[in-house]
Amino acid sequence: MNAIAEAAVERRDVEIVGDLSDLPDYNFGPTSLGWWGVFGFMLIEGMGFVLAIGAYFYLFPFEHHWPPVPVRPPSLLWGTAFTVVALLSLIPNLWLDRKAHRQELRPVQWGLTLMSVLGLVLVVLRACEFTALNVRWDQNAYGSITWALIALHTTHITTDVYDSLVLNVLVFRKKVDGRKFSDVSDNALYWYFIVASWVVLYVIIYWTPRWL
Amino acid sequence: MMRTSPLRWLLPAVAMLAAGGCNRVQSVLLSSGDQASAAGGIWNLMLWVCVPIYVFVLIALALAMRRRPTPAGTTRDRAIGRGLAAWLALVGALLTVLVTASFLVDRRINRVAVAPLQIRVTAHQWWWDIQYLDPDVSKRFSTANELHLPVDRDTRIELASADVIHSFWVPSLSGKLDLIPGRTNAMTLTPRRVGWYRGQCAEFCGLQHAHMALDVRVDNAAGFAAWRAQQLAAPQLPLSGAALAGEHLFESSACAMCHAVAGTIAGGHGGPDLTHLASRRMLAAGTWPMDRDHLDRWIADPQKPKPGALMPAVPLDPRDRAAIDDYLMGLR
Amino acid sequence: MNTPIDDIETGQAQARREALERTWADRPGFIGWLTTVDHKRIAHRYVATALVFFMIGGALALLMRIQLAKPENSFMGPDRYNQLFSMHGSAMMFLFAVPVMEAVAVFVVPLMVGARNIAFPRLNAFSYWVYLFGGVMIFTAFFLDVGPEAGWTAYVPLSSSDFSPGKRTDFWAQMITFTEVAALCIAVEIVATVMAMRAPGMTLARIPLFAWSMFVTSLMVIFAMPAVMLASTFLIADRLVGTHFYNAGEGGDALLWQHLFWFFGHPEVYIIFLPALGMISEIVQTFSRRPVFGYTAMVLALMATGFLAFGLWVHHMFATGLPPLGNSFYTAASMMIAIPSGAQIFCWIATIWTGRKALVAGRIATPMLFVLGFFALFVLGGLTGVMLASVPLDQQVHDSYFVVAHFHYVLIGGAVFPLMGALHYWFPKMSGRQLSERLGRWQFWLFFIGFNVTFFPMHILGLMGMPRRVYTYPSGLGWELPNLIASIGSWIVGLSVLLFAINVIRTLCRPRSAPDNPWGAPDLLWSVSSPPPAYNFEEVPVVGGREPLWPADRPLQVMTGLSHVRREALLTTTMDAIPATRWALPDPGIWPLWSAIALTVLFIWSIFNPWGVVLGAIPFAVAATIWFWPKRSQPSLGGANERDC
Repeated sequence: MNAIAEAAVERRDVEIVGDLSDLPDYNFGPTSLGWWGVFGFMLIEGMGFVLAIGAYFYLFPFEHHWPPVPVRPPSLLWGTAFTVVALLSLIPNLWLDRKAHRQELRPVQWGLTLMSVLGLVLVVLRACEFTALNVRWDQNAYGSITWALIALHTTHITTDVYDSLVLNVLVFRKKVDGRKFSDVSDNALYWYFIVASWVVLYVIIYWTPRWL
Repeated sequence: MMRTSPLRWLLPAVAMLAAGGCNRVQSVLLSSGDQASAAGGIWNLMLWVCVPIYVFVLIALALAMRRRPTPAGTTRDRAIGRGLAAWLALVGALLTVLVTASFLVDRRINRVAVAPLQIRVTAHQWWWDIQYLDPDVSKRFSTANELHLPVDRDTRIELASADVIHSFWVPSLSGKLDLIPGRTNAMTLTPRRVGWYRGQCAEFCGLQHAHMALDVRVDNAAGFAAWRAQQLAAPQLPLSGAALAGEHLFESSACAMCHAVAGTIAGGHGGPDLTHLASRRMLAAGTWPMDRDHLDRWIADPQKPKPGALMPAVPLDPRDRAAIDDYLMGLR
Repeated sequence: MNTPIDDIETGQAQARREALERTWADRPGFIGWLTTVDHKRIAHRYVATALVFFMIGGALALLMRIQLAKPENSFMGPDRYNQLFSMHGSAMMFLFAVPVMEAVAVFVVPLMVGARNIAFPRLNAFSYWVYLFGGVMIFTAFFLDVGPEAGWTAYVPLSSSDFSPGKRTDFWAQMITFTEVAALCIAVEIVATVMAMRAPGMTLARIPLFAWSMFVTSLMVIFAMPAVMLASTFLIADRLVGTHFYNAGEGGDALLWQHLFWFFGHPEVYIIFLPALGMISEIVQTFSRRPVFGYTAMVLALMATGFLAFGLWVHHMFATGLPPLGNSFYTAASMMIAIPSGAQIFCWIATIWTGRKALVAGRIATPMLFVLGFFALFVLGGLTGVMLASVPLDQQVHDSYFVVAHFHYVLIGGAVFPLMGALHYWFPKMSGRQLSERLGRWQFWLFFIGFNVTFFPMHILGLMGMPRRVYTYPSGLGWELPNLIASIGSWIVGLSVLLFAINVIRTLCRPRSAPDNPWGAPDLLWSVSSPPPAYNFEEVPVVGGREPLWPADRPLQVMTGLSHVRREALLTTTMDAIPATRWALPDPGIWPLWSAIALTVLFIWSIFNPWGVVLGAIPFAVAATIWFWPKRSQPSLGGANERDC
C-alpha cells in the first residue's frame, strides 16, 4: 500500500540469452574464489608487515645506537640459513605450481610433500633463530620490535606450513579434482608471499643494525 | 520539502554566545593574546567562507526539491557537467585560500619569541607544576596551578609531563599543546590584556581530568614584578602558636612527604609546591576557591571533591587539622 | 525478442525451482540457524546485533548526558563516567558503525551484483560469530566493572599497566582484535564478490554505486585495520609481557600509538562514511527516477576519498607538537577531501534537480527524508571539518566539545541518517514487509530536531573552552545552559530510536506483503522476490546497462546452465564480467561456529596468560581444519564420490 504504483510490476518476463553449462567448475587465478581469498589475506598481512616495518624505523631515531649499547646485532648464522633455504624452496614451489596447473597428480603429491618437508625445516631453523637474536623482547624497544617482526613472520610461516601439511594429506587421501589443483596453486602463491616478505624482514632485522 | 533554514540554528547559537561568551575567562573567540587572536582570525575567515557555502548548498537542495513541470531526465547532463567543473573550481579556490591563510597564521604563532620570560610547566595527575626559570639560580622559584604572566611580553613555556599525556590549554591566550612523557614541547604566549584567565587540561588524563584547571593572571610589568618578588621571598614565619604547631605537624606527618614549602624542611615533590599557597586564588587545581573553610574540608578528605586524587585523606583530629589550616593559611 | 514461458515449460520451471530450494535449503530449526551460510540470514542477525549494540551505546550516552545536565552533578563518579564514555565510543565505532555498514553490504551486495551467495559463505558465518562473541565479551566485562576506561582511543601511557592496572584495558584491546578479525573477513568477501561474482555484462562501469562504495570501503578496511591490530597487539604485549613499544624510558614512544591508531582511526571514519555515500546514491537515484548524474565522477570521488583518507591521520595530532611544516602538509591533504565530497554533493543535488520526484502517498518517502537530513547535517559537519584541518584553529578546538559536535555531525549526520534511510529502503527486501512510513516520518523529525538540539550547542561549548571527556564542570563559565539543552535533546534522539525499534518490531509481526520492487528501483536486488529465495536468483541475470530494471517493462535477460542440485555460483572476469567458472559454494556447516568459539577462547585466554595464544591456537587449528576438510555431506566441495548429472 506504500508501494509506488508505477513500479508494482510483479514478475518480469524472462529472456534466456545464453547457457553456462559448458563452463568449467574450477579455474586458476582471478576467476577462482580461492585466488581472491589468498590475494585478500596477502594484502592484509602485507599491510601488517609494512606497518610493523614502519614502527621499526619509527623507533630507530629514539636510540643513539641501533641496537642500543650493549646489545649486539642478531647473530647471522640461523637467519641466513633460513633465508637460503627459503630462497631455494622457490624452485620446487615454482615447479609445483606448474604441475598443479597441468593437473598432474603424482608430481603434485610429491611436490607438496617436498614443500611440507622444507617448511618443517624452516620452522626448525626459525626456532633456532629466536635463540640468536641477542636481545630479549622486554629489554628495550629495539628488542620488542625485533621480536615483533620475527614473531609476525613466524605466525605466517607456521600457518602456511600447517596449511600445506593438511593439503598434503588431502591430495593423498581424498579425490583430487580440478578444484584441489587450484588450491595447490593458491598455496604456492601464498608461499611466494611468505618468502618475499621474509627477504625484506631479513635485511631489516639482520642488516639494519649492522649498516645503519 | 526541507524546511531547514540555517537561521533556525544560528539565532539560538548567537543568543547563547551572547549569554556565555561575554565570559572572557575561558573563551576561544574573545581572545586576550596574540596567539589566540591569530587563531580567531582564521575562525572569522572560516565562518565567512563556510556559512555562505552551507546556505548555498541548502538553497540549491531546496530548489532541487521543488516540483516543477519541466521535463525530467538526463538530457541536460552536459550542461550540468560544466556546472560541476565550476563548482569544483570554486571549492578548490576557496580551499587554497584557507590553506594559505592557515599556513601563514601558523607561522605567525610559531615565530621565535623575543627575549622571553621562561617557564617550565610539568603536568601531573591532576595538577600543574610551574617553574619560573632564570639563568640566575637565586631567581628561580616553583609554584603550582597558578600561572602569572606579564602583559605585552613574550613568555616561552616548556611543557613536560610526569606521568601521562596532558594538554595545556588557556583558550583566551592560545591554542593547546600536549605535554607528553619523554618529550618536551614549547609554546609562546603573548598576552595583551590584564586580567584573570582560566585554562584546563584538554587531553583525557584519567579520573580527575575534569578537575585539572589552571588559573592564569596576566599583570602589568609592575604588578608582575611585585608578584615575582613575593614568590621569591621566603614565606612569612608562623605568627600564632597554633600556626607553629601546624608547621610542626605538617613537617612531621605525611604532608611533607609530597609537599614542599621553601625555607622549611618540607621538601616533597610528589604534590604541588605549597610555599605561597595562601596567595593563590584556587585550591586543588581549580576545584575549590582558596579559603580556610575549603582548605579544611580538602585536607579532611580530598577524595570527596576529587575522587581518585593521589592525595590521601590523612587521619587527623580536628584540632590538629585546624592547626595545619592556620599554618597553611599563613603561607602568603 | 523475449521468449514467453509457456505452459509446458512452467512445469519444468516448477521442478527446477523445487530442486534449487532443496539444494539451497538450510537444515531445519535451531541447528539450521547455527549452521546457515546464507548471506541473507547472516546479514539479518548481523544488522540486528549491531542495532542492539547501537541502542546500548546510545543508552550509555543518555546516562552521560544526565550527568552533564548540570554543573558539579553527582549522578555518577569519574570512574563510572570514564567507563561510560570509553564504552560509548568503542561500542559505537567498533561494534556498531563499521559492522552495521558491512552487515547491510553482506545482504545487499551479492543481490546487487546478481550472485547466489556471498563469496566465502562460511567465512561470513565465522565473521558474525567472532563479532558477536567479541561484543558480548566487552559488554559482559563492562557490566562486571572491567570495561574500558581510557577512552575509545586508549592513548598510552594512560592505557599502560602503570596507569590502567587490572584487566580493563586488556579486555578493550582484545575487543579490538575480535571486531577487526570480523571486519577483515567481510572485507575480503566483499572484494571477492564484487571482483569475481558479478552478473555477466556488469562491467566495472556498470557496478551499482553502493557496490562500488563497499568495494572501496573493503579495500580501506584491508589497508587500515592491520594498523589498529598491530597497535593493540603492541599495547597488550607492553601490558602483559613487558615489551617497551610505548615506553619512553626504554627507547619506545607514546606517540607511536597515536600514529598507528590514527593511521587506522582516520580511514575508519571513511570506512563508516563511504557505505553511506553508496546508500545515498541508491536512494537518490530511485526516488529521482533517473540514473545518478556523473556516475564516473561519483566512482572517482569514492576512490579519491578512500585514497586521501590515508594521508590525513596527523590532523588528529596537531596538538602533539609535531614539526609545523609537516602539519601544513596534512592541513592541505585534509582540506582536499572536501573536493570529492563537494563533487558528490553536487551530483546528488543535480540528480534530484533533474529527476522526477517519486513520492509515496503524496509525501516524500522516509528513505529520501533521511537523505535530505543527511545534506543538512553532513554539510555542516564537513565544513567544521574543514575548520579543524587548519592547524591554528584545530589547536584551539581540538579535544573540546567543538570536536564532539563536529564528529557527531559527520558520523550521525553523514552515516547514521543515510543508514536509517537505507534500512527503511531495503527493509522490504530484507523482511518482505514495509516499515510504516508514518512512524518513519516521526522518527525522522524527532531524530533531526533532537540531534540538532543535542549537538549544535556543543559547538558553542567548545568555543567557550569546555574540554571533552570531563565527567563534570564548574558553574560560572556559561556552560550550564548549552549543556542542559544538549541533555534535553539527547532524550529526543532516544525517543526517536525507540520509535524506530517499535516500527521494526511492529512490522515484523505482520504478514509478508511487500512486492518485489516497491520503490521502483533499478538494480538487480529488486528483481527477486521480497524476501529473496535462499538461492537469490533462479537463473543468472544478465546486465546490459547500469540500471537493468529500468524501464519497468523490459524483460530480464538470464543465462541458464548453473546446477540446480549443487550450490553453484557464477564467477565472471574481473573487468568485463564475462562468464568464466561455475564455482561450487559450500553447504551449511557447524565448524565456522566452533572455530569462532575456539578463537574466542584463545583471545580471552590471552588476556590472562600470554601462553593462551600458543595453546589456544591448537583447538582453533583443529576446528579450522575440520571446517575445510572435504566431507561426504558436502557434495559441493567434492566430498561425494560422484558428481551430479
